[in-house]
Amino acid sequence: MIIWNLIAASIRLATPLSLAALGGVFSERSGVVNIALEGMLLNGAFAAVVATHYSGNPWIGVLAALLVGVATALIHALVTVTFKADHIVSGVAVNLLALGATQFLCWVVYGNSGNSERVIGLEPWHIPLIDRIPVLGPILSGHSPLVYIALAVIVLAHFLLFKTVFGLRLRSVGEHPLAADTMGVRVTLMRYAGVLISGALAGLGGAFLSLNTHYFVKNMSAGRGFIALAAMIFGKWTPFGAAGACLLFGFLEALQMSLQGGGIPTQFIQMIPYLATMLVLVSAVGRATPPASVGRPYLKGGE
Amino acid sequence: MKRRGGHFLILQILSPAAAFVMALGVGAVIILALRENPVHIYAVMFRGGLGSLDGFGYALFSATPLILTGLAVAFAFRAGLFNIGGEGQLYIGAFLCAWAGFTLNGLPAVALIPLCVLAAALGGALWGMVPGLLKARFGVHEVINTIMLNFVAMLATNFLVNRVFKEPDQMIPQTREIAATAWIPRMAPLARRLGVGLPDSNPLNYALLLALAAAVGAYLILFRTRLGYEIRAVGQSRGAARYGGIRVGLILVLSMVISGAMAGLVGVNEVMGYRHRFLDGFSTGLGFTGIAVALLGRNHPFGVVLAAVLFGILNTGALEVDIFTDIPRELVMVLQAVIIICVVAGDMVFRRWAARRMK
Amino acid sequence: MGDENELLLNMTGITKRFGPVVANDRADLSVRAGEVHAIVGENGAGKSTLMKVLYGLIHPDEGAVELRGRPVRITNPGMATRLGIGMVHQHFMLIDRLTVAENLVLGMEPRGRLGVLRPGRAGQAVRELSADLGFELNPDDRAGDLSVGARQRLEIMKVIYRGADLIVLDEPTAVLTPQESAELFRIMRRLRERGKTIIFITHKLSEVMELSDRVTVMRGGKVAGVMETAGLTPSRLAELMVGRPVLEQLEKNPLEAGPAVLTVRNLTAADESGAPRLRGISFQVRAGEIFGIAGVEGNGQRELVEVLNGLRPAASGEVLLEDRGLGGQSPRRIRDRSVAHIPEDRHGRGLLLDFTLWENAVLGLQHRERFSRGWLKIGAMRRHAGRLVESFDIRTPGLDIRARQLSGGNQQKLIVAREVEQDPRLLIAAQPTRGVDVGSVEFIHRQLLDLRARGKAILLVSADLEEILTLSDTVAVIFRGRIVGQFPAEEADERTLGLLMMGREEGR
Repeated sequence: MIIWNLIAASIRLATPLSLAALGGVFSERSGVVNIALEGMLLNGAFAAVVATHYSGNPWIGVLAALLVGVATALIHALVTVTFKADHIVSGVAVNLLALGATQFLCWVVYGNSGNSERVIGLEPWHIPLIDRIPVLGPILSGHSPLVYIALAVIVLAHFLLFKTVFGLRLRSVGEHPLAADTMGVRVTLMRYAGVLISGALAGLGGAFLSLNTHYFVKNMSAGRGFIALAAMIFGKWTPFGAAGACLLFGFLEALQMSLQGGGIPTQFIQMIPYLATMLVLVSAVGRATPPASVGRPYLKGGE
Repeated sequence: MKRRGGHFLILQILSPAAAFVMALGVGAVIILALRENPVHIYAVMFRGGLGSLDGFGYALFSATPLILTGLAVAFAFRAGLFNIGGEGQLYIGAFLCAWAGFTLNGLPAVALIPLCVLAAALGGALWGMVPGLLKARFGVHEVINTIMLNFVAMLATNFLVNRVFKEPDQMIPQTREIAATAWIPRMAPLARRLGVGLPDSNPLNYALLLALAAAVGAYLILFRTRLGYEIRAVGQSRGAARYGGIRVGLILVLSMVISGAMAGLVGVNEVMGYRHRFLDGFSTGLGFTGIAVALLGRNHPFGVVLAAVLFGILNTGALEVDIFTDIPRELVMVLQAVIIICVVAGDMVFRRWAARRMK
Repeated sequence: MGDENELLLNMTGITKRFGPVVANDRADLSVRAGEVHAIVGENGAGKSTLMKVLYGLIHPDEGAVELRGRPVRITNPGMATRLGIGMVHQHFMLIDRLTVAENLVLGMEPRGRLGVLRPGRAGQAVRELSADLGFELNPDDRAGDLSVGARQRLEIMKVIYRGADLIVLDEPTAVLTPQESAELFRIMRRLRERGKTIIFITHKLSEVMELSDRVTVMRGGKVAGVMETAGLTPSRLAELMVGRPVLEQLEKNPLEAGPAVLTVRNLTAADESGAPRLRGISFQVRAGEIFGIAGVEGNGQRELVEVLNGLRPAASGEVLLEDRGLGGQSPRRIRDRSVAHIPEDRHGRGLLLDFTLWENAVLGLQHRERFSRGWLKIGAMRRHAGRLVESFDIRTPGLDIRARQLSGGNQQKLIVAREVEQDPRLLIAAQPTRGVDVGSVEFIHRQLLDLRARGKAILLVSADLEEILTLSDTVAVIFRGRIVGQFPAEEADERTLGLLMMGREEGR
C-alpha cells in the first residue's frame, strides 16, 4: 500500500512544481530567464488565500492567483524586455519584492506577518469509473482539480509550443531574435507573452500550494521555484520533459515526508530535495542546450 | 590625454540616487493606501536612524553585516558570478566562529580572536567554494546552487544548534556562550572618551572596523592587483580572458572563495561582537539584502559601504516606525525590493543614454 | 532591362547618426526597375546602414524613401516585406534549431484553424521554390546543418517566398568560394530574367564589373558617384571608393626563409560536440616566411588556430615550436614561448571591451614581471600603452577610454600592435583585417611584412583570397579539416585555389 500512497503523493507534490516549470519553459523558450518563478508562486499562494477568504469561493482564489501571477510577471517582463536589464538580477528583485509584499500584506489583512487564517480548499474530483479500478484508482482519482488542470496544461503546452504558429514564433524569438524580427515576428510581444504565461502558470501553482494546505505561511514556496527551474533544465526545456522531472522531485519530497519520524534527524531528510536539485543540475550538464538567445536582451538593428 | 573618470563618477552616483528617490515615492503611495501620512512616517523612519547618536550608532551596527554581504555579492559579480548564497555562507561562517569560540576557550584573546575571525571567514569560504567548483568544473550555473545551499546551511545549523551544541537547560535554540576572551568589545566606551555620547547599550562594536577593512581590501584586490585584473577580465569575457592566458576555472573558484569568506565574516559582528553565541536563524535575510546593497553600490566596494549605511539607517528606521506607528517593519522589505527594481531598470536606461552621449 | 525611365526606388537625403559617427550623410540612391544595381564602398562607408534603413531595421534621422513613385515610411521589416522588398543579410538570419521549411515560412506560416501549423504545406512550398529557382533544398534538414552556400540559397528562397520584387543582397560573396559565387551570380541572373530588381552591396570591384548595370559608390557615409557600369574601369571605381588614386603596391622582399619555426604533424581535433574538425593536418612555417592558409570559414581554421594557441586540446598529432613540443600547454605558457596571436574574433577574444585601452594593451602579458608582482604596475602598463598608440598610430582621445569606444579599425590596430610589439618568434594572424577600413588594412599588412623581413615566422589564416595571395610566400588550402593543396605563392591562382576550397581537385 505504501508505494501507491507514495505515487499518489508524488503526483500531488509535483503539481505546483510542474506548473511553475511549464511556466519556466515558456519564458525561457522566448528568451527570458525567469528566476522569479519563486516570487510568482509565493504571490499566487497568497492571492489565492486572501481571495478565497473574502469571497468564500476557492475558485475565485484560483482566478486571483492567476491574475496576480500575471501581474508579477509583468514587472519582470517590463524590467527585462522593455528596460533590457539583466534577467537574473530582475528575477532576484521580483523574488525579494514578493517576499516582502506577501509578509507586509499578510500583516495588513490578518494582523500578523507569519501566516493567514484557515480557508476552505478545493473539493477533490473523483472520476466516476476510474476510481473503482483496484490499484490505480486511488492514484488517478480523488486529487484536487488543480492536479487535473495541471495535467491538461502539460499536454496543451506541448501542443502550443510545437504545433502552432504562436509556438514557432515564440521559439524563434528565443533562438535568434534578430532573425525573427527580420521575418516580421514581433520580438517584444512574444517575449512578453512568454513571461506572462509563466506568471499565470506559476500563479496557479501557488494557488495549489496554499489552497491544498488551507493556509498561507510566510515564504511557503520554500525554493520550489528554483527546483522547478532545475526540472526545466533537466527536461530539456520541453513540457513533457519538465513535467517528468517534476514528478521525480515530487517523489523525492514524498519520500522525504514519509521518512520523517524514523531514525535520521529531520533536518537531513529535509535537505534531500535541495541536494537532489544540485545533483540534477550537475547531471544535466551537456545533455541539452538552452534556447540560443536566452538571457540576452534584444537590441534592434544597428546599435 | 583627458581622463573621463570624473564625468563617469557623477553618473554612477545619480542613477542609484534617483532609484532611491523613486522607491521612496512608491513607498509613499503604499503608505497613503493605508491611510497614513507618508511625510510623518518617513520622518519617524529617518529620525530613528539619524535623529540621535544612539540611533546612528545602531544604524552603523545594522550596516556592518550588510557591508560584508554586500561585498560578497559585489565581489562575485565582478567575476560574472551571481552569489545568492550569502545567507548560507554567513550561517556556516558564524557557526564555525561560535564553535571555535566556545571550544578553544583556553586560549588568550590575542590568539583566540584572530582564530575565531579566521574560522568565520573559512566557514563562509568553504560554503562558497562548492558552487564555485561546480561552476568551474561542470559549468553548472551558480544561482540555483547557491540558493539550494542556503537551505542546506539553514537546516544544517538548525540541526547543530538544536541537537548537538544546544545551551543546556534552555528553550531558546542557541549555543553556549563563547569564551569571554573571544568577545569583541563595543565602541561605546571609547566613543564616550572621544566625546561622542553613545550609551553602553548601543551594540555598535569594532567588527565595523573589520568590515571597513574588508571593503578596503576588496578595493585593493580588485583594482590594484593582478588577481583583481584577472577576476574582472573573467567577469567581462571568458573568451578574452582565456585568450589572455588567464586560468578561468581557478579564478571562478577563487572569486567564490573570497566572496564566501566576506559573507562568513558576518559572524564576527554577530557572534563575537553582539550575542556572543550562535542563535538559530539570527539572520533576517542579510544575504538577500546584501544583493540590494551591492546593486545600489554599483558593485564597487566603496559604493557598497555607502549603500550599506543607507540600508542600516532604513532598518533602524523600520524598527522605529514599527514601534511608534501602525505601519509594520515589513514595509522596509518592500522598499528594499522596489529600490533594486528601480536601480536595475533605471540603470539600463541611464547607461544607454550615457553611452550614446560619450561615444 | 526594364523601362529606362521607371524608377522603382528613390531614396533621398538619408542621414543616420550613431552618436558622433555619421553613418549616412545625405545619401541618395535611385534604382530603376529590372536592373541590377551595385553599391560599392570600403568597410565603414555606410552601405549596410543605407540598406538597413530601406529594410526598416534602422530609422533614419533625415531623408525620404519613395517606392514606385509613392512616398513610404518603412518602420519595420514586416512592412518592407509587405512592400515587396526582400533582404539577404550578410550574417544569415537563420534559426539553426529549426528546419528549412520552418525557417522559410516563419512569419508567413501556412496555418490551419486555431493557429495550428501546416508543416505539409510548408514542405511543399520548399519543393516548389526549389524547382522554380533551380536549386535543391530539403525541407526537413535542420538549418544549422546546411553548408554556407545552401544557407544563402535558403535566404534567397525566403525572399522569393514573400513575393519580393526588389531584392537586396548584402556582401553575398563574402563567405563563398569563387565557384559558389559563380553559382550565386547564375541565380541572380535568373532572378533578373524574371523581372526582379536587384541591389547588391559589395567591396569587390570585379563583381561590380561583372554583374551590375549601374553602380553607386559610397565613401565616408556620402555618395561619391553614380554611374553606368559599361564604360567604367576598375581603377576609376577604386579611386572613387578611396578618394584618391589608389596605389596598390606593397613592397615585399624576396623570400629568405630560415629554419622551420612551427611544425604541425597529423594534427586532429574535435569541436565542442565531439565532431571531428581537424582530420590530420600537417604543414611547416619557416622563419622569415608568411604561410597563408586559405579556406571558406568553417573548415577547421578556427579549431586549428585554437589548438596552436592552447585554447583547445588536440586529439592526436604533434605541434613543435623549433623542435620543442607545444602540445597541451596553456595559452600563457605558449605566449611566454614567444608565440603571439591576432584572434579572428576581436570582440570575443582579442579585447575586453569594457576595460580601458591601457588595460587592454597588456592583455596576455599582465603576469609578466614588468607589469605586475602581485600588485599591478600601472605606470608601466600605461607607458606601454602609450608606446603602442604612438608607434601604431591608434586614433584615440586618451588611454582611459573603454575599448568599445574605439572604431573597429583602431581596435584591430591595438590588437595587432600588442601582439607585434612582443616581437614573437611566431605570429598567428587569423582574419587580421576583417571589417577594417582600407587605411588600417594597408597598415596592418605592412606590419606583417615588416615582421617577416625581420626573420619572424607568420601563419596567416584568412577567408580573403586576395589578402592571402598578396601577403603569403606559401599558400595552402584547408577543406574539411585537411590541407588539400599547398603551393609556393607564384604558382597559386584564384581558380585552382577556389576549386580546392570547395573540395574539388584539379590534377594536383
